[in-house]
Parts: sequence; structure tokens; C-alpha cells
Amino acid sequence: MISDATKARFDKEVAKYPADQKQSAVMACLAIVQQEQGFVGADSERLVADYLGMAPIAVHEVTTFYNMYNQRPVARFKLNVCTNLPCQLREGQQTLHYIENKLGIKMGETTPDGLFTLQQSECLGACADSPVMLVNDRAMCSFMSEEKIDQLLDGLRAEVSKS
Amino acid sequence: MSVQNILSQFQSTGIQTCFHGRHINPQIYAGLNGSNWSLKDYEARGGYAALRKVLGKDGGEGLTQDQVIATVKESALRGRGGAGFPTGLKWSFMPRQFPGQKYLVCNSDEGEPGTCKDRDILQFNPHIVIEGMAIAAYAMGISVGYNYIHGEIFAAYDRFEEALEEARAAGLLGANILGSNFSFELHAAHGFGAYICGEETALLESLEGKKGQPRFKPPFPASFGLYGKPTTINNTETFAAVPWIIRNGGQAYLECGKPNNGGTKIYSISGDVELPGNYEIPMGTPFSKLLELAGGVRGGRTLKAVIPGGSSSPVLPASIMMDCTMDYDSIAKAGSMLGSGAVIVMDDTRCMVKALQRLSYFYMHESCGQCTPCREGTGWLSRMVDRIETGHGKDSDMALLDNVAENIMGRTICALGDAAAMPVRAMIKHFRHEFEHHIAHKTCMVPAYV
Repeated sequence: MISDATKARFDKEVAKYPADQKQSAVMACLAIVQQEQGFVGADSERLVADYLGMAPIAVHEVTTFYNMYNQRPVARFKLNVCTNLPCQLREGQQTLHYIENKLGIKMGETTPDGLFTLQQSECLGACADSPVMLVNDRAMCSFMSEEKIDQLLDGLRAEVSKS
Repeated sequence: MSVQNILSQFQSTGIQTCFHGRHINPQIYAGLNGSNWSLKDYEARGGYAALRKVLGKDGGEGLTQDQVIATVKESALRGRGGAGFPTGLKWSFMPRQFPGQKYLVCNSDEGEPGTCKDRDILQFNPHIVIEGMAIAAYAMGISVGYNYIHGEIFAAYDRFEEALEEARAAGLLGANILGSNFSFELHAAHGFGAYICGEETALLESLEGKKGQPRFKPPFPASFGLYGKPTTINNTETFAAVPWIIRNGGQAYLECGKPNNGGTKIYSISGDVELPGNYEIPMGTPFSKLLELAGGVRGGRTLKAVIPGGSSSPVLPASIMMDCTMDYDSIAKAGSMLGSGAVIVMDDTRCMVKALQRLSYFYMHESCGQCTPCREGTGWLSRMVDRIETGHGKDSDMALLDNVAENIMGRTICALGDAAAMPVRAMIKHFRHEFEHHIAHKTCMVPAYV
């Protein structure tokens, strides 16, 4: 089942393309699914496939090709730290290690409380802001010194424990 | 405080990268402050005057399609995405008389490591791209366009969508723009994490809702592009240059730069400089001046090497780089490429093997897997550089690295294969002794490396 609110978001994307090219909206629809559910599972792929008139396998091809789609559930906050060369030259790698130590996990892992998943990422396109970290696909956090990482992660943790 | 509020505290404001006041005669970044991106502010800066001029809505007679293309040709504007192809010439390839649908696409899939200029254009001056695209669409008789934006810079995508809404509401996009008989619909699309989609035909595949694997060329997009229809694709910064050219003339733009290299160019400087950021300066400005604008080498250290045009461009040692001017021809003559204008600076504490190790891993990770030389070769390169860096290199690795790179070059559908091979060959050419030292001594010859 796709909710009416989600359908409205899908329709806005579908409307951008010619009537016989609904498939073009698949990237956006999957990103919407991920924003609402945290990941893109096989069930969601089938629903999107039906909605856009695609074969489910064609949707799966998209989910598996693009790095940012989560094919299984991740923590409440997915942290992607860029370590590509421009960031490596400006403490990208150290930033990743600092978060590993702070959270007590290795990159690719999730904290036991399900709050943070930590991933190394390729170029985020914000090289001059290094060290940079993308949170939940949409929020780019720039100039992430150790102090700012503490502020961010501690702030998120406190916020979640409040609610 | 909500989660959104917490996250927003860490968002870049653009002060360090864009509003630092250290551009030279900027055209695209001129007068920006982060809060003046909207239509009203853009028009106050002279925005949409070029579109009005083209459509004859400024009291003038308007420009014909041929006149617009001739002006862009005269300007010597070259593609800002990396290839440096003359924009006016590309526009003239579009079969304007083609009776079916034609498309205009903006490539904002800015993922070439080191490059972050289009992000600041889209966030802080989105209407300049819309205006440039509308003029291009008019010149080529195109009625539908898409701007495909790098998925990782979602704030830029959201901002561009907002700007599109403003433009539509003001009659600057849609049917009968400004009361003329020219109509143009423009939409935003986004990627979701695939470097390869910066390649224009992979981008088209992605825009069609498929995995982004490049197409064999020919046919070129001008004859077989989006949905198989004639399509013109330009980079964000290329479109953003167009309004200034139309307002001031092709000759004036050319004179901002140097012959065959018209206008200003935005350079993204990253790595070992005091002030990383985007710098818009005239084409042909000496590299030494650009380095000075960026505050010089970090910590007062000595310049060792520069990757002048994004991670795919061959590295140049400091001695060669300091003699270059920042334009397509000078950098090409020095043996590299201006590429996207992403200048990655490395100081004398940097180990070139370690630098290449990270780049080679990237190309392996991002190879789309379609062509065997790239799919297999990027893995070979990455594993070999990795073992040299970690002290397990063999004497035979140097020849083998060169051999694998040679076997990738020119043997793949798209340029990603070349992009993976070129850094390897350039690193070996200019810094061979560092690789040999790693292999012979199982350790780095730059002990200060952090």
C-alpha cells in the first residue's frame, strides 16, 4: 500500500516526464521511499514498479546500482563521511576514525542502540568544506572538526532520548 | 530543538567557499551573499535581461536563433564540465529542423573529486542556470529541459526546485514565455550516488530511470539522446555563463579571458591550501595567482604537486604547475587537463603512493562494470597500488601497473577507464622514485605524512 501522501509526492515526480516515460521518475520515487521508510526493500520495489509500470527487476537494478539507496534497514542516522583524496588531504580519514572511536563501531557498522550507521563514502561534491559528512542522504554537514562532531552526535542523541 | 534544526547548524553557509570576496571580475558569483538567490534579487542584479533581450522584450528587436549561436561561438565559451568542447559549436550540432521532441539537459551531477563549484551556483544563484538554459533552448528550438543534480547535494536540488517555481509563476518558464511564442518547460531531477552519471550518456540512461551505464558513441546525443531524441547536454557553469555573454556580447566575454579560452572560470581549490573554496577568475590567470587567492600552501609549507582539473586529470609537479596559466590550452600543453577546474593541491609532506591508492580505489568502486578493461583493470590498479603502499609491492609491479593502464586507455565505451588510467601513468611518470622506494624499502619516503 502506498499512502495518499506518498502518492502525491510520486505524482509530482511522474508529472515531470512524458506520459509514456513514467519510469524516469524511479530514482526520485525510490529516494522518497527511503526518506519515509529508511530503506528500499523488495516490497517497496514492487510497489514502485507497479506504480510506474516497470518490471520489479528493473527497479531492483536501479536500487542496486546507485550507492545511496539502502537495500536493508540502517540506523536512525546514517552518517556518510567522505574520504576521497581532496577530503583525505583535509582530515577526512581522521574524521572517520574519530567517529569510529567515539561510537565504538567500525565503518559499515551500526551502533547497538540503532542510532548511528557509519559509512565511508566517495566524493560528496563538497570538497572545499572538508571534512564533510552527509546525514541521512540529505543533510550535508561541513567543516566537521572533532568538536563539531561531538556537538552533532551528542545533540542528536540527546534529542532522540528526549522524545 | 528538532533533528532538522540540529542538522541545519552544520550546513555550509558559503562564506568560506563563495562569498569570500577573493574572486577576480566574477560574472556568475558576482554580488552573492547566500540570501539573495531568489528571483527578485536575481532580477535586481540584471537577471533575465538577457532572456528579455533574446525574446525582444526589452524594447529591442530580439535575436534570431542563429544570432544567439553566433554570439556564443564568438565568445569562445568552452564546456565547463571537463571536456572543454566549444559550446557554440555543440549548439550548432542540434538539428533544429527536427520535427519531433528535442531535449535540453543540464549536467549538474558534479561528482568529479575536487569539484564543488556547481553546488554553489545552484544554491546561491539558481536563476542564472534557468536563464542560461532558457536561452539555449530558444537558440536550438527546444521545448523541454531537465537539470540532473548530484544526489548528494540535495539542498541544491531543493533550492533549484524552489527557483523553478518562482520562474514559472513569473512567466519566465512554461508556455509563451514573457508573452512571446517561445515555450520551454524545465524540470529538476536528481541522481543518488553514482559517479558515472556525470558521463553524459550515463546521465541520460539515469534520467530514463535506468542504471547509469554509458552508451556507445556514435550516435551522439545531438542525434540520439534522451528517449532517443536529439538532445544537447551542457554543464551547469556553461549555462550560467550564457546570460552574461548575451548581455555583453561574445567579444566582451572573449576579452575577459584569452584567445580560444573565453571568459571567467570557477576553480574549486581543495587540499593543502589555507583557504579552500571556489574562485571565479578570468581564464588565463597564472596558477601562482590562484594559489595566492587561496591563501597559499597550508601552514607555509612547500608545494609538491597539483592535480589541476579533477581527480581524473594527470598530476603535475610544482615546478611545471607554477609556470602554467589557468586555461585549457596552457594546462594541456603542460601534459594535463583543465577538466572541471578542480584544483587539488598537495604539499611536500604528501606521499604520492598514498594519494594514488585512494584515487585508484575510487575508480574501482565507481566503474559501472560494463566494459571488461575498466571493470577488471581498475581492480588490478587499485590492488597493485594498495600493496605497494602497504609494503607488499614487487619489483615487477611498476611495469605491470603501466601495462594495465595501457590496456585500459582507449579501450572502453566511456572515459572512466581513461580517467582511472591517466592518474596512474602521470604519478609514475613524475614520481616514479616514490613508488620504487616503497617497493624496495617497504616504507614511505615521506615520513612526515599525516
